Amino acid sequence: MKIDITVFVKQVVDPDAPISSFHIDPTSKQLSIKPDTPFIINGFDETAVEAALRLKDSVGANITVVSLGYNFVMDVIKKPLSMGADNLILLQDAAFQNLDSFTTAKILSKAVSTIGNTDLFICGRQASDWDNAQVPLVLSELLGLPCLTIAKNIRIDNNTVEIEKVLPEGHEVIQAKLPAIVTVSNELGEPRYATLRGIMSAGRKTPSIYTAKDLNIDTADLSPKLIIEEISVPNSDKKCEMLSGDNSIEIGRKLALKLRESRIF
Amino acid sequence: MTEILILGEQANGDLNSLSKELLAAADSISDNISIAFLGNDNRSVAEDAIRYGASKVYLLQSKLLNDWSVDTRVAAYEHLLGKISPSVILLGKTQIGQDIGPRLACRLGVGLSQDSISIALDPKTMRPVATRPVLGGRMIAKVSFAEDGPNIIVIRKGSYDINKPNDNNEGDIQEITFHVEQSDKNIHHIQTILSDPGGVKLENAPVIVAGGRGLGGPEPFEMLSDLAKLLGGSVGASRAACDAGWIDHNYQIGLTGKNVSPALYITVGISGASQHMAGCSGAKFIVAINKDPDANIFKEASLGAVGDWEKILPSFISTVKDLLET
Ligand SMILES: Cc1cc2nc3c(=O)[nH]c(=O)nc-3n(C[C@H](O)[C@H](O)[C@H](O)COP(=O)(O)OP(=O)(O)OC[C@H]3O[C@@H](n4cnc5c(N)ncnc54)[C@H](O)[C@@H]3O)c2cc1C
Ligand SMILES: Nc1ncnc2c1ncn2[C@@H]1O[C@H](COP(=O)(O)O)[C@@H](O)[C@H]1O
Repeated sequence: MKIDITVFVKQVVDPDAPISSFHIDPTSKQLSIKPDTPFIINGFDETAVEAALRLKDSVGANITVVSLGYNFVMDVIKKPLSMGADNLILLQDAAFQNLDSFTTAKILSKAVSTIGNTDLFICGRQASDWDNAQVPLVLSELLGLPCLTIAKNIRIDNNTVEIEKVLPEGHEVIQAKLPAIVTVSNELGEPRYATLRGIMSAGRKTPSIYTAKDLNIDTADLSPKLIIEEISVPNSDKKCEMLSGDNSIEIGRKLALKLRESRIF
Repeated sequence: MTEILILGEQANGDLNSLSKELLAAADSISDNISIAFLGNDNRSVAEDAIRYGASKVYLLQSKLLNDWSVDTRVAAYEHLLGKISPSVILLGKTQIGQDIGPRLACRLGVGLSQDSISIALDPKTMRPVATRPVLGGRMIAKVSFAEDGPNIIVIRKGSYDINKPNDNNEGDIQEITFHVEQSDKNIHHIQTILSDPGGVKLENAPVIVAGGRGLGGPEPFEMLSDLAKLLGGSVGASRAACDAGWIDHNYQIGLTGKNVSPALYITVGISGASQHMAGCSGAKFIVAINKDPDANIFKEASLGAVGDWEKILPSFISTVKDLLET
């Protein structure tokens, strides 16, 4: 049995980009990202690609990666191909910027027929830009599919998907009939590296691109439900008292004395 | 008056502390607070909710099912919201809460703000405004809602101080029975495997000693564990240490791990990334041991020691021991 997997991948600003990469307009209080800021594919989505590749290794799969947005950086968004995914579809339109989770899920749901047959959709648990953890769940409602969240392991057997869901203490085994949506977490393990061969073959592949018009989406329908009133940098007024000493041993001793003195223990 | 509905959670027959926080959050913007629980065998939880400020309690009961999976819960709340129309719905950021919120919002066609740390009312529109960390906590956003409706806000644990219970509060308890369609349930639970590490539970620990990538391997966690035991607490970890396989992921603290608020939080070899700090912002006193004087953790800590933990910790631990004996 060979299954069709669609992995949803978002291109996001590198969460480790220096704070100077961000600019907040003093009047509009809105955030913009300066040119030259590094972008990556969302970390959990790279894990989602890894999860798909493991299924390809074990049961056989055709993997299509789908990303919605604008201003894609080709080297970045092609990474899943160099890891071993088969196809890349970009839903790309100037109207596909600054979308909220609901509109994102709405567009993805409309694109599903264009993407073609899918047995299993794999997403990241959340995108590291807005940390919403919403798109897969809204999508599951729109498509009427089960959504199994925070998987650290995915098995496919006989038209059924079974995951190990990470719990605060331990894990839970849950199942659903295919087609279904699964979100993955870092507990699944490190994504594999792209091989040289993978990078070469990714270079030769061209993504299929669909615009709002191609997807029959009226961009007037993309109004958000949430309005960002303002963005600010959290102000920390904490003052850290730094301990000094002749050597580390003395610092360790002072640390204990200081905590005792302040009745912290 | 703005009506607020809280989707309550209970733990072993008790109103859980996150629900008490939600009641405090609701109380900060309204006097018209209702709260819903699953199961009609929850009289004592309902009465407790009234003591903490609810004026109305809904106990939802289904004849067919009692498993309260996310599927069933969403169906139950959807049923309730066919009968009442609050303008704000609050729920807590738990795994279940984060899964229910977006699905319910989609069914009701309303907006949702995840992982919020405070709420207010816009005096003009009377719609809620939520404050929430974004970009892993490096920025803070204020979000409002484009339309009226039972707009949904998911609140992060540790965001609100719990109100004092009042025995004189009065409230109304109402049982509502609903019907679960088979099609409402499409995820099947096979089994739950709980890990019980023993010792003090991380969430309740008054002291947490957390280790990060700077520890360099799994062995040093034993030293951290000894220190934690001495202080009556538990060990914790950064995601980097968990991902490296040095300690189980159940110990991960942060945005996508546990949210803790101990009286004392000691970090060892942790850089203090915003995603880590998102899980310990409720800690009263943070101590940082890190060899890099420019590490972000020193912007978040109250007391800092710059240096190699291998040299600092042994003398710290032995002095703590001496002090505890005297
Ligand atoms: C969407 C998202 C969610 C995330 N969720 C979480 C989360 O829930 N929890 C979490 O922790 N992280 C989370 N992260 C990851 C986070 O961004 C950081 O990568 C992580 O917290 C770093 O862990 P660390 O501080 O142990 O490692 P590092 O950042 O590598 O820091 C190691 C520190 O150890 C110090 N050090 C090294 N050797 C020594 C020594 N001998 N003595 C003393 N100090 C030493 C170094 O100076 C350094 O500061 C998330 C990231 C993303 C993108
Ligand atoms: N623009 C997008 N394109 C493709 N997939 C997305 C997009 N936005 C979100 N997703 C998927 O949904 C997951 C959760 O995103 P979010 O709800 O935004 O936190 C991500 O990890 C992706 O798998």
